[in-house]
Amino acid sequence: MKELRKASRFKKGSQAGFPIVIGYLPIALAFGILSKTSGITLLESVMFSSIVFAGASQFMALTMIAMGAGTLGIVLTTFLVNFRHFLMSASIAGKIKSEKRSMLPIIAFGITDETFSVASFSKENLTSSFMMGLELAAYLSWNAGTAAGYLLGSTLPESMQASMGIALYAMFIALVTPMAKKSLKIASLVILSGIVNSLVGRFESVPRGWGIIIAIILVSFLGMFIFNDEEAKEL
Amino acid sequence: MNRIYLIIAGMAAATYVPRLLPFTLLKNRRPSKYLDRFLKLIPYTALGALIFPGIFSAVPDMPIAGIAGGAAALAICFVRGGTILPIFGAIAASYMIIAF
Repeated sequence: MKELRKASRFKKGSQAGFPIVIGYLPIALAFGILSKTSGITLLESVMFSSIVFAGASQFMALTMIAMGAGTLGIVLTTFLVNFRHFLMSASIAGKIKSEKRSMLPIIAFGITDETFSVASFSKENLTSSFMMGLELAAYLSWNAGTAAGYLLGSTLPESMQASMGIALYAMFIALVTPMAKKSLKIASLVILSGIVNSLVGRFESVPRGWGIIIAIILVSFLGMFIFNDEEAKEL
Repeated sequence: MNRIYLIIAGMAAATYVPRLLPFTLLKNRRPSKYLDRFLKLIPYTALGALIFPGIFSAVPDMPIAGIAGGAAALAICFVRGGTILPIFGAIAASYMIIAF
């Protein structure tokens, strides 16, 4: 009986990951194609997606390799770009209802902007089975897309591929809108964070990926003081 | 050793450590009231920053296609809700801007 419930939570998780699957495919295809034109092997390309599993920094690595950047520089830039996941993991770690602690290191591996977003706004309990289902769906589509892009070499028709770039943004909007609709305070924080990120992005001296970190910390800190206890329960 | 493998290994570590650390730090610990609030607000502020300003370049060199897609997603959310429909609505809206 317990196993059965676990299986159904896993299934719910993988279903919740469906929007991510749609959103990841065109980007993963593009990564596979770019890998091939950059001259790395299929194995290396899939290793990027399966071992690093972090979209933006994978593209960045290919660009930096092409520019002749050093290994340490690439790794440090990756650390800066992906450090935002520290905040996302912290938010998820506080909510997770783990059946098995031994699963936590695997769940941590699967935290991306998108799995974090879907999990955060899911009505389901964040059990480890649910998280595994969600993350596995995202992981498989990212890796399958990478391999397919490398092997097929061509992509969807150009305007189709370009328009699918909106998919993950639409998903983010769809996730945050229901709560923002209910509370003007929440809506204001979402918009304010976007404004802060846009403003910080104008400073060339701030490393890429730190606009989002500064926005999250600054605006979440501000937000701690604008909700009363009753409202805070709804968050 | 192939330098690409070294880069992949280094990147994997640099990405995994920040993902893993909070799970070990918060283990068996109830965060204080304010830290708890801070953590619960992260999804909202993260999503705001994930949407803006990136959405304006969701379709390269065509900010209007990104805006149209975002507006379509938002409109469908208000009328129907859900996740899948707003995504396809946004793709359709962007496609129309690009194609015509």
